[in-house]
Amino acid sequence: MSSMMAVCYRGAGRVDVEDVPRPTILNPRDAIIQVTATALCGSDLHLFNGFIPTMQPGDILGHEFMGRVVEVGPEVRNLSPGDRVVVPFTIACGRCFFCQREMWSLCDNSNPNAAMAEKLYGYSSSGLFGYSHLFGGYAGGQAEYVRVPYADVGPFKIPDGLGDEQVLFLTDILPTAYMAAENCGIQPGDTVAVWGCGPVGLLTINCAFWLGAERVIAIDHVPERLELARRHGGAETINFEEADVHETLRAMTGGLGPDACIDAVGLESHGHSLDAMYDKVKTSVYLSTDRIHALRQAIYCCRKGGTLSIPGVYGGFLDKLPLGAAFSKGLQLRMGQTHVHRYLEPLLKRIQGNGTPGFDPTYIISHRFSLEEAPRAYEMFNTDKGHCTKVVFKPAQAV
Amino acid sequence: MSHIESPPSTSRHPIPMDASGFEPASRCSRRVNVSHSERNVSRIAGAALLLNGLCGPRSTRPLSLLSAAGLLYRGATGHCHGYEALGISTAWKDHADEGAAAAVPAQHGVKVHESVVIQRSPEDLFQFWKNLEGLPAAMRHLESVTESGAGKSHWVARGPMGIKLEWDAEIFTEGDHEFIAWRSLPGGDVDTAGSVHFRPLPENRGTLVEVVLKYDPPGGKWAARLASLLGVGAEREIREDLRRVKALLEAGAPPTVNGQTHGRRP
Repeated sequence: MSSMMAVCYRGAGRVDVEDVPRPTILNPRDAIIQVTATALCGSDLHLFNGFIPTMQPGDILGHEFMGRVVEVGPEVRNLSPGDRVVVPFTIACGRCFFCQREMWSLCDNSNPNAAMAEKLYGYSSSGLFGYSHLFGGYAGGQAEYVRVPYADVGPFKIPDGLGDEQVLFLTDILPTAYMAAENCGIQPGDTVAVWGCGPVGLLTINCAFWLGAERVIAIDHVPERLELARRHGGAETINFEEADVHETLRAMTGGLGPDACIDAVGLESHGHSLDAMYDKVKTSVYLSTDRIHALRQAIYCCRKGGTLSIPGVYGGFLDKLPLGAAFSKGLQLRMGQTHVHRYLEPLLKRIQGNGTPGFDPTYIISHRFSLEEAPRAYEMFNTDKGHCTKVVFKPAQAV
Repeated sequence: MSHIESPPSTSRHPIPMDASGFEPASRCSRRVNVSHSERNVSRIAGAALLLNGLCGPRSTRPLSLLSAAGLLYRGATGHCHGYEALGISTAWKDHADEGAAAAVPAQHGVKVHESVVIQRSPEDLFQFWKNLEGLPAAMRHLESVTESGAGKSHWVARGPMGIKLEWDAEIFTEGDHEFIAWRSLPGGDVDTAGSVHFRPLPENRGTLVEVVLKYDPPGGKWAARLASLLGVGAEREIREDLRRVKALLEAGAPPTVNGQTHGRRP
């Protein structure tokens, strides 16, 4: 059997590039994709840092990938070898109760380890590429080749004339940003506050304006990222190391607070307040699973009757969640993994532009690496937030 | 005060959901207090332990030989001293089946009730279940089912700890596209009876599939409880089987990562 290169999890804080067998078709609805571009996601860092349980050494990472179809199973009739596709990171069968209602990331049938997820969450959501055995244990796309289940439903064909980097983020972060903004139910004149100026946070700023926000206020502590939010998003910014976030937001909104708050940070929130340090201590001795400083602040800062939208990933049990504040102010909470399939077509249209200049999400890319350099890339993305916003890998063999 | 409306009663089902139950007969001899099927299991388990006692790890040999002797005696004579001391007998089952309505007596055995909603019509599901020989494809605890005509069939399953269990069964009643009920025939390793009902849900919400299974487990209720504690109980197995049936019928194939590529495992 021929082999390929793949980025493998080896344990908390360590990934290796290994020579592994090439994937094969296991189900009639599978396809094999040769990966031409794949990205490192902020949520890969949650795995890298050991925050998501049920990772095993040897698991192939990566859930943002695209490439060319090289082989299809007998029941995949809409794809042929040579087709260029982006692949949603959520795996969906397309035929269950949830898929039929466009809740693709909640697919009933795609997680082979559904029983495990049921124990932890009550019910199992969909399988995910390269995202622990809790979500199916599927081999990920930071590799030269990848097996894509239910390939007649997921992979989305990309027309010629668009570069890989222009469409790569359709696999996860652009739809995630869009759904986060959509979940805000933005009304004309609304002010939206976004916690976190990582790739999802930055793209969320763009999406919030598309959906009619009057102002977007971005919150982070990395000056380079805040600069991107101003320059490419047109957002106003708050550096939480220099200003009190609640007081500043209050002043900026005439004492009302933002109409919607978006937590694009997730479970590894940083901060220097008392509660952030409390989280850090508790998670480091495994008394708690998630650090939720940003989430607490977003709940606290949101205006009465406002909406809290959470695209940031949470995995376990949250400590000291101020539900009382959310209840008293009558907040709406919206969250969940992205129903990527829903957004592929409309977002591709935005990228194409159709006469007008299309949307170019490549401004978030800071580094391009070969697959062999993955260990260095993980380390850099994990520590150097100033210079490293988004890493894209180009597997060597791809043309 | 709110009024809670009770769900529609299942009593409108043409057969009771619990498709078993008959009176125990006390026609067995004084000496034999172990049923035919249990004797079979004792013989198999005894033989396995004997093998372990002769060839297995040195430390477990004495215990294996001792247990093997007990089980082989139990299998050969049909007499269990333990049952005698506790005043238990399962031997009546061998006689009670003639003309009886079901395979597992009331107040006896283990009952499993599982349900699943599948996005297919009751007709499709009925057809799937009627094709007994197709069931092992989705149900992992079944090795094979062979239909022998006239509603009769031969079943081979993997029991706890990999023990192979065989029995004959018959479909004794069915309602067109609504339900199927079956029971085992005397002489097998397991006494079992069960039913599956298909009920369409409103507003295109699919079909509710309800499975009720009753069986006299080899080793009795306590063995079943132990298996359940260890996470290998029938309830879990049936739930996983139904999950696979659902994935097979909705998605065309149950999801799998078996055989996929991966990096070096420690």
